Amino acid sequence: MNRISGIAASNGIAIAKAFRLENPELTVDKKNVTDTQAEIERFGQAVNESIAELEVIKKRTAEEISDKEAAIFGAHLLVLEDPELIGPITDKIKTDSVNAEFALNETSTMFVDMFEAMDNEYMKERAADVRDVTKRVLAHLLGVKIQNPSMITDEVVVIAEDLTPSDTVQLNPKFIKGFITDIGGRTSHSAILARTLEIPAVVGAKSAMSTIDNGTIVIIDGLEGDVLLDPDEATLAEYKEKQSAFASQKAEWAKLKNEATVTKDGVEVELGANIGTPKDLTGVLENGGEAIGLYRTEFLYMGRDNFPTEDEQFDAYSAVLKGMEGKPTVVRTLDIGGDKELSYLTLPKELNPFLGLRAIRLCLEMPDMFRTQLRALLRASVHGNLKIMFPMIATLDEFRQAKALLLEEKAKLEAEGIEVSDSIEVGIMVEIPSTAVMADTFAKEVDFFSIGTNDLIQYTMAADRMNESVSYLYQPYNPAILRLVKNVIDASHKEGKWTGMCGEMAGDEIAIPILLGLGLDEFSMSASSILKARSQLSRLSKADMEGHVDHILGLATSQEVEDYVKNL
Amino acid sequence: MVEKTFTITDPAGMHARPASALVGSLSKFQSDITMEFKDKKVNLKSILGVMSLGVPSGSTVQISADGADEAEAMETIERVLNEQGISNQ
Repeated sequence: MNRISGIAASNGIAIAKAFRLENPELTVDKKNVTDTQAEIERFGQAVNESIAELEVIKKRTAEEISDKEAAIFGAHLLVLEDPELIGPITDKIKTDSVNAEFALNETSTMFVDMFEAMDNEYMKERAADVRDVTKRVLAHLLGVKIQNPSMITDEVVVIAEDLTPSDTVQLNPKFIKGFITDIGGRTSHSAILARTLEIPAVVGAKSAMSTIDNGTIVIIDGLEGDVLLDPDEATLAEYKEKQSAFASQKAEWAKLKNEATVTKDGVEVELGANIGTPKDLTGVLENGGEAIGLYRTEFLYMGRDNFPTEDEQFDAYSAVLKGMEGKPTVVRTLDIGGDKELSYLTLPKELNPFLGLRAIRLCLEMPDMFRTQLRALLRASVHGNLKIMFPMIATLDEFRQAKALLLEEKAKLEAEGIEVSDSIEVGIMVEIPSTAVMADTFAKEVDFFSIGTNDLIQYTMAADRMNESVSYLYQPYNPAILRLVKNVIDASHKEGKWTGMCGEMAGDEIAIPILLGLGLDEFSMSASSILKARSQLSRLSKADMEGHVDHILGLATSQEVEDYVKNL
Repeated sequence: MVEKTFTITDPAGMHARPASALVGSLSKFQSDITMEFKDKKVNLKSILGVMSLGVPSGSTVQISADGADEAEAMETIERVLNEQGISNQ
């Protein structure tokens, strides 16, 4: 039996066969063929096989996910039937007596180059479609199997180098019992997705792809971050036990679903959920979320080929606000750049994307795009309790500019006779140290703070959170972070405002007692962590924790804080 | 031969979804069907051809069909452009 250790990214135990998601290299050599007719037939065969495959993927994506996501495969099918692509390829095979792989590659490269040379970003992206289709046909010609996550119809554990957001669009939680990825951390997309789908995951496992064969029985322990290969009977029994213990603990937590979150000494706090799409609402309600502390709107912009229209956005925001039935809903305006890219918006390559043109910086740079989102939000505001939050605010000027745009759009809508709520709170994410330090000044102008710990830690510790070599610096309990958090909470309370936290730290067992003692008003986390947190908070006393805060903030290291809290 | 001029009103121009719908609806016709934009003429049965024009919002395109079923083809084109909301002529 073999054991691999990685980062525990999503709770639970999964036991299933391994399924390797590979990305094969396809190399094309030029060869002369004598029987060109046979070569053309071979090419036709590969095209037909590709069409059949795409038909299945398209149908399945439409059934399991949505027609919108399936449309991309419809476009791929048309490319395969395109006379302007197929014609020149068969001509080339005939007149140059070359192999089909070479003729295909030459012809499609011509189209790829043509699209890439266009000065329209959206058209440039079509080059990717041609490449994608070419790759599929090439694979059939070369007899190499290309994997499509949507083709998985067995209960498996997926092993991959990494899972991109577009890969995950095709993953069906009915069959995918868990993930193991070689790269990534607790806050990478695949990890967040695993928690949303409530399936166990271990990320940053480094050697999974190099050691795990297809079909190997794998145990994922998403609680500890362990992966066990080919377990013996005893180990299998042990983990089945652990699996059912986890299930019964979950059932225990489920009883707290409709309860308020009250500490042992009778103090109420609010437990919210972080969501990415209206589809995540189900999870929020099933887990007894009292609010949405973070609605990441960027997913609305991802996995498509142009910007979402105002109406599309209005529909999504309204659905979430209606679904929450008047409970607080904090919507974060578009946060792209950094590790999140949009295929139809090409931004200049940056050496330090996390320190570059992203989030509010980009929105202020592209005010038309930003105004569309603000209008959609304002129009949706009458359907619930909307709070708008701007990400990556570093200076008060940025906040003032963003708020001015919001007020302008509000005035325009009202002039058009469109109803807009008058009680929308406008706040900011605190994730940049400058803002945490200046919280007292900000507190006079914003309605609330929400501390984004993933980025606040990364920027405070100057440690790229995607870089595993410096992952030891991802220290939520470092007193430097805790002091910044205290500064923000105190500043908001002094002005009669509130502070929430929407980073991973808000759902962390060690952090929760400290945050309670610091006076945090709202904890927002993955929906699947809410009931566990509610159960933990019911056993904690706020007054007690307040008594420990000074001591904790005076400790020297992250480890000292962790040890101290564990021994309380 | 039948010929008609259309104005593309979709704010995103002739993008992949409507272009796919249009091209996909034409494969069954015998007629030669072309679309012309800015002196460049492409086969309207070719998705790559249509996309390569990069037709932006507000521009006009000339579509012509030539063959036995040209009238029927042009009807289909008008219907699809309308359904897809990319042109109301």
